[in-house]
Amino acid sequence: MTTTETETVTLTIDGIEVTAPKGEILIRTCERLGIIVPRFCDHPLLDPAGACRQCLVEVEMGGRPMPKPQASCTMTVADGMVVKTQHTSPVADKAQQGVMELLLINHPLDCPICDKGGECPLQNQAMSTGRTDSRFVETKRTFPKPLPISSQVLLDRERCVLCQRCTRFSEEIAGDPFIDLLERGANQQIGTAEDTPFQSYFSGNTIQICPVGALTSAAYRFRSRPFDLKSTPSVCEHCSSGCATRTDTRRGQVQRKLAGNDPDVNEEWLCDKGRFAFRYLASKERITRPHVRDESGQLVEASWTEALRVAAEGLLAARANRGVGVLAGGRLTLEDAYAYAKFARVAAGTHDVDFRARPHSAEELAFLGTQLAPDVTFAALEAAPAVLSVGLDLEEEAGIVFLRVRKAVRKRGQRVFQLGQWTTAGMRKTEATLIRSVPGAEASVLREQVSGELVDALAGPGAVILVGDRAAEVPGLYSAVAELATRTGAKVAWVPRRAGDRGALEAGAVPTLLPGGRPVTDAAARAEVEQAWGITGLPATPGRSTDEILAAAASGDLSGLVVGGVDPHDLADPAAALAALEAVGFLVSLEIHASAVTELADVVLPVAPDAQRAGTYLNWEGRRREFGPSLDATGVLPDCRVLDTLAVEMDADLFTQTPAAAAGDLARLAPYTGTAVAPTEAPGATPRPAQVGSAVLATWRQLIDDGSLSIDEPALAGTARPPRVRANPATAERLGLVEGGTASVATDRGAITLPVELADLPDGVVWLPANSPGSQVRSTLGVGHGALVRVVAG
Amino acid sequence: MSPDILTPVLTSRWAEERSWTLETYERTGGYRAMRTALAGHPDQLIQLCKDSGLRGRGGAGFPTGMKWSFIPQGSTGPGAKPKYLVINADEGEPGTCKDIPTMMADPHSLIEGCIITSYAIRAKFCAIYVRGEALHPIRRLRAAVAEAYAAGYLGTDILGTGFDLDIVVHAGAGAYICGEETALLDSLEGRRGQPRLKPPFPATAGLYASPTVVNNVETIASVPYIVAGGAEWFRSMGSEKSPGPKIYSVSGHVERPGQYEAPMGITLRTLLELAGGMKDGIPLKFWTPGGSSTPMFTAEHLDTPLDFEGAAGAGSMLGTTAVQVFNETVSVPWAVMKWTEFYKHESCGKCTPCREGTYWLVQILERMVHHQGTPSDVDTLLDICDNILGRSFCALGDGATSPITSGIKYFRQEFLDLIAEQPVVPRPEQLADVEAEQTLKLSGASA
Repeated sequence: MTTTETETVTLTIDGIEVTAPKGEILIRTCERLGIIVPRFCDHPLLDPAGACRQCLVEVEMGGRPMPKPQASCTMTVADGMVVKTQHTSPVADKAQQGVMELLLINHPLDCPICDKGGECPLQNQAMSTGRTDSRFVETKRTFPKPLPISSQVLLDRERCVLCQRCTRFSEEIAGDPFIDLLERGANQQIGTAEDTPFQSYFSGNTIQICPVGALTSAAYRFRSRPFDLKSTPSVCEHCSSGCATRTDTRRGQVQRKLAGNDPDVNEEWLCDKGRFAFRYLASKERITRPHVRDESGQLVEASWTEALRVAAEGLLAARANRGVGVLAGGRLTLEDAYAYAKFARVAAGTHDVDFRARPHSAEELAFLGTQLAPDVTFAALEAAPAVLSVGLDLEEEAGIVFLRVRKAVRKRGQRVFQLGQWTTAGMRKTEATLIRSVPGAEASVLREQVSGELVDALAGPGAVILVGDRAAEVPGLYSAVAELATRTGAKVAWVPRRAGDRGALEAGAVPTLLPGGRPVTDAAARAEVEQAWGITGLPATPGRSTDEILAAAASGDLSGLVVGGVDPHDLADPAAALAALEAVGFLVSLEIHASAVTELADVVLPVAPDAQRAGTYLNWEGRRREFGPSLDATGVLPDCRVLDTLAVEMDADLFTQTPAAAAGDLARLAPYTGTAVAPTEAPGATPRPAQVGSAVLATWRQLIDDGSLSIDEPALAGTARPPRVRANPATAERLGLVEGGTASVATDRGAITLPVELADLPDGVVWLPANSPGSQVRSTLGVGHGALVRVVAG
Repeated sequence: MSPDILTPVLTSRWAEERSWTLETYERTGGYRAMRTALAGHPDQLIQLCKDSGLRGRGGAGFPTGMKWSFIPQGSTGPGAKPKYLVINADEGEPGTCKDIPTMMADPHSLIEGCIITSYAIRAKFCAIYVRGEALHPIRRLRAAVAEAYAAGYLGTDILGTGFDLDIVVHAGAGAYICGEETALLDSLEGRRGQPRLKPPFPATAGLYASPTVVNNVETIASVPYIVAGGAEWFRSMGSEKSPGPKIYSVSGHVERPGQYEAPMGITLRTLLELAGGMKDGIPLKFWTPGGSSTPMFTAEHLDTPLDFEGAAGAGSMLGTTAVQVFNETVSVPWAVMKWTEFYKHESCGKCTPCREGTYWLVQILERMVHHQGTPSDVDTLLDICDNILGRSFCALGDGATSPITSGIKYFRQEFLDLIAEQPVVPRPEQLADVEAEQTLKLSGASA
């Protein structure tokens, strides 16, 4: 980091001399002095507008008073400026009172039934800056209300003060200008174009930044008063961005989530999934009591004592037989993941542990063991001159990373490149250059990039390559990324889709690594862990991966499985996974919901969702994101506690009774200092050119889809992008597809039929959303990205 | 009547047979100034314009040559960007009728002015933004542009000088706000016409964020005459600070309303003489010097010189020299109400004071005119105006207060009489309450 000396200016505000960086907006300087000038349209993360005129102050420049009061939200500070706010200037005070009175003449007096009442900037500032009574005795402007501008966001035009925060957010920050001002004068209002709803993944932010109750959410409307809510700082559980959130609860239920203010991570934004997808907590599918399968094969409720005893006996028997495998899942906190990692080694006596509940590869583990640059952060990403995204659609798979990249594009002219198949909405919004590849050929395409625009851009100091976990689906791609990074000097960051992946990697919930990234093959590293855990005899050879564990379970090479939050339908071959779970001798499931795993389990142990546990996520940066429970957690146990008790029943000690204990136990292991070797896997065979009636499949997930944590929230689901099968015009013509018609994409296992949309894919390629309504690719087709599929019209 | 006072320059061709054609224009000396200009250096033209003292005819009176000189020049930095000339032909100020007849009767003078100005500021693209309702002038202007292209006065390598220029005639969509130059630019770019935050000013970031000169039709149509006649000739008319001829559009209760081109500084007394006096001899009551946004004058201002300094000195503005004349039959509160209805209808809605203020003002005035006013209304009107004037985002909010504050200034009793003479009618409870409270206060004060 280079530090440049910022130029400063000196000015006087209300008689106080203050030094401010050149170019600072006056209202910010006032804030730093503790002088709060009332405002509505001003927002520190949006471009100045000067529309509401609430923040007028008197300004003197070069000894001459400016003839009119000035909007402090648009004026930048200057040397020698003398500013008088409402505290010292009768003119500014009267101007502010006048604007406040005007803002209120058409504002309904419905505060007692307004969602915003109690946390409303208009209400608060009307108290500080308004009159006690209104001189307005005429007719107020009225509108029908509420007006749904999407299934999630409702607009009350009578309450709107037309500050344009929502429209400016949508245009500047999200790049989704689907709402704008309509009409003019007193009839001016926010609205959408006909038949074009406010379909933005970030629409919920407009509700939060609305300074009045004009924008409300369908999910929260009329549910609570702000002063009846208990607010807890929390961390979003949905993706690896690790956004700061605020969880508001009432009577044991989460009522809403808001974006927390964390300038280092999510600034003040949150994607709609993070904001609205929390109904799973109160789902009727929630499991709150342990269950044990009885002699008749039925899962019946049991006491913790009984369930733990049955589980321990079963696992001990399995361990003594062919062994126990542990599938941890990608939604664990660092502490819980550590408990799984330690449980596998200490209680099950194996390295057969893997958190990866998705397609994965050995190459991936080798890559993750060596390639992650420790200093790629959101700030570094924003400062990067160029970003290449591989196996990752930023908007669909890491929304807040997308917003940061878009900010860098808008403010700093960052160059964005995307290795992919077609120009997605998110790419258009970041002006990204598409490095087009046939699915499965990405590794070869990347290796061919030896000179030119991309290589030059990545050679710039601070350039970043972001790799998504989808890279594991393409053999050789992680190696190609590592090689490109070495060649260009670009830093690499891994952006997995799930919140727990990075933490589970650090915790050692993988077959090749112990906590802290220690290779299991390194004797010294093993010795460190053995000493810390007070055990001996950690195996010297790596364990098996998720797929290998399931294969072993299916073939009888493993006798027992402990499965955390794993959905078999997320795996490379869901049918094989389900068969393995069915075949295995003894299955223990730790779950929050009834699932395909609990259906087959011998013992089901309920665990705590985020709202009822404490812990730490490591986000994609590797940043610790600690949070506490936001709901009462009496009787609801986190995974680490359940595993600790289960281990005790198996006569082993994990010392992970609480997340804090687990964190302390993990912290006793000093950072690993050894070195590892980069992966050098050659690219896989390039997919065959498609024959008549067939195509190569490209697929990845959309942000709002059939994910298991997005259930029971129809208003959110209503803002999902409609599932479409995509192909380029030539391919569509060859396959007999027409835009607007439907196409059927099939394998021997099944078919997916969706409307057709044309896009700039490579020839012979079709794209499907991986897990959207009507398009569950892995479950239905049994194949994934890069596979050959049959395509017919209709 | 003394026609000698008239100085037909811009209006000199208006009475010609088919005055709008290229043939007539060239026969009467048109496009000669262009040849002179293109033979010289652009900087000479900017200097000439400065020397002439030409000030913007759109209302604000900003020195035109100085505006041109703000355009950054050079092959690097901001000067390297393309430069644009935009003509504000969105004539919409109530009472104003000078740009539309100019484009109707003599479109080529505007086009020649555009060519010379574009050459001076090194622009290769010029857009003329015409008020959308003015369909006929738009057709005339488009036909004239086509004639100029055909004659080789527009397009590439004009008259072999290597100078290229394209002119586009753009029709607005009927919004008063688009006469505000930054709103006009947004509208021209295809956006919603609302004023932009300044800085940056159009001279550095105007059309498509490039250096842009925005000038009024009358301003640019004056340019060929200045090039042809020279700065001294131009300064021979008008005053030291407000030189040149000016089209005064006289409307209302006069015998012969119309456009009178005279040197800056003419008085209403002279204009009335030119216009045949007050209609039917009914005496003058009030008038606007430059459209409804300029505070009104009364008979006591008959001898106020109508130039930028004179109008300002008497507490108003020269504006667009739209002289609207009202005789004694007109109720001032009624006229003020009608004007205010216009501002309410045309407020763009961007800022609170103008949007909400005009909404409120109209309701109070309509109530007063319909004999339902209260004693506090006049003070409320003035206080609302005080909360709009200088608080709104652009000058339109300021303009909306002019008729009210000046109307009350000169005719306060007429507003008060409306309240005094109101019939006893049942009114909403809240009004009665307000009135009772005010009566209480008033009697308390007098005791």
